[in-house]
Amino acid sequence: MPILTIDQVMHAYVTNQSAVLALDHLSLNVERGEFLSFLGPSGCGKTTLLSIVAGLITPTKGRVLIEGKEIHTMRQTIGYMLQHDYLFPWKTIEQNVTLGLKLTGKYSEKTKKQTLALLHQIGLRDVDDRYPNELSGGMRQRAALVRTLATDPKILLLDEPFSALDYQTKLKLEDLVWETLKQYRKTALLVTHDIGEAIAMSDRIVLFTARPGKIQKIVTVPDSLRACTPFQARQHPDFPPLFQMIWKELESIEQT
Amino acid sequence: MNKHEWLQRIYDQYMAYEKREKRIVRFFQTIIVIAFFSLWEIASRFHWIDPLLFSSPSSIWHLFMTKIRDHTLLSHTTVTLTETILGFIVGTMIGVCFAAILWWFPRVSKIVDPYLVILNAMPKVALGPIFIVALGPNMTSIVAMGAIISIIITTIVVYTSFTEVDANYMKVLQTFGATKRQWFTEAILPASFPTIISTLKVNVGLSWVGVIVGEFLVSKQGLGYMIIYGFQVFNFTLVLLSLLMIALLSSIMYQLVGWLEKKLIKRA
Repeated sequence: MPILTIDQVMHAYVTNQSAVLALDHLSLNVERGEFLSFLGPSGCGKTTLLSIVAGLITPTKGRVLIEGKEIHTMRQTIGYMLQHDYLFPWKTIEQNVTLGLKLTGKYSEKTKKQTLALLHQIGLRDVDDRYPNELSGGMRQRAALVRTLATDPKILLLDEPFSALDYQTKLKLEDLVWETLKQYRKTALLVTHDIGEAIAMSDRIVLFTARPGKIQKIVTVPDSLRACTPFQARQHPDFPPLFQMIWKELESIEQT
Repeated sequence: MNKHEWLQRIYDQYMAYEKREKRIVRFFQTIIVIAFFSLWEIASRFHWIDPLLFSSPSSIWHLFMTKIRDHTLLSHTTVTLTETILGFIVGTMIGVCFAAILWWFPRVSKIVDPYLVILNAMPKVALGPIFIVALGPNMTSIVAMGAIISIIITTIVVYTSFTEVDANYMKVLQTFGATKRQWFTEAILPASFPTIISTLKVNVGLSWVGVIVGEFLVSKQGLGYMIIYGFQVFNFTLVLLSLLMIALLSSIMYQLVGWLEKKLIKRA
């Protein structure tokens, strides 16, 4: 059974002016441990789709199932990472990363230790008692990753989490996130504008058309690239042809 | 000369400049105070101004010492200070509570919006006589005056800051299955702390206005009473003494709120 089933989802945004169709008959299955990227022009409803999967908004029509169950009953199985870290500036790093544990009632001495251990493991040492504004952008986004992973979610939703970082930090974090997710066998959905990032990190890439958002094509990344870390994948000889192919595909979407 | 010494020297120069600048500012501030009071004293002695109307620093000082000795100044000051602090705290707390209610029930907020605008536009001290009739000519109505004057503006300002908290913090909390109450305590309230503190600063001044006007009307005790009494018996030394006391106390209260702000918002 797929871990995530998106079944004939339609969503409309209603404003004072009109009702606009954002997603049109969208269906997709995601297997456990898979890494999927959503690529497409802005306004193609990628973020809307993530919000629906996260249970933040209810689709106008259609269903989203996680392990065969309706999502609103299982909201805590989802972890959501946003473009900016959204660490709470008035909480210390420790209070920030354990926030999810406290809210979901999973907080204990054991889970706290695990979370702090993960924090140290991804290279944030001696920052437990610091406040977010004392940390660099990359460190903050890493803390946000730990906060998301702390509650042990089954599916991670990544909404352009690297786009606000400088290029070097972005490459390093891609590797780190990729390795961490592989290690814990997490399923992930990534929204991105960066074709290279999508190829380097994903198993499959979903190409969207805009207004209304529909799936244009699903590209499977070859095993040769999937075996590499994102940084290595970018150097791999199979990378440029795939990049060209997706580039052309997106061009044709924009022209129609 | 090595780099370290050079940097040290630049730093020292900068600090010396800063210190000198500060001293100059302090110097002129002191000069203004001295000049003001000496000029006042001299003008009064030589009858450039009418000493009956404008008094003089020396007679204010004499009155101050007399009033200290017979303990009346202390009792009047204590009354006014208590009323102001109570009015300030009650006004701010009720204002924040109203803001929380409006945030919690968006429909209520939509319904009461025009009434808030009217209440805000109305000069609250005009309600004074009604308070005195309803609550009696005593401390309660004066505290109520000190409070009402800041409630509406606190409600509006704090509610606005509640609604302007970045919705993405709520997204983070929602994905952890947080309840609405948790949204409020974990994100809305702490994010609005800086705004709440800045309304405190405004409310200090407002509460003084409410309380002094209240004491004018009730006319029993307090610094406001001293002003109105001094005015009626044409003792302007008493009026000016009360004014100076009010200026001193309100600036101390303002400083205290400023200190509280620094304590509470280390991260902003």
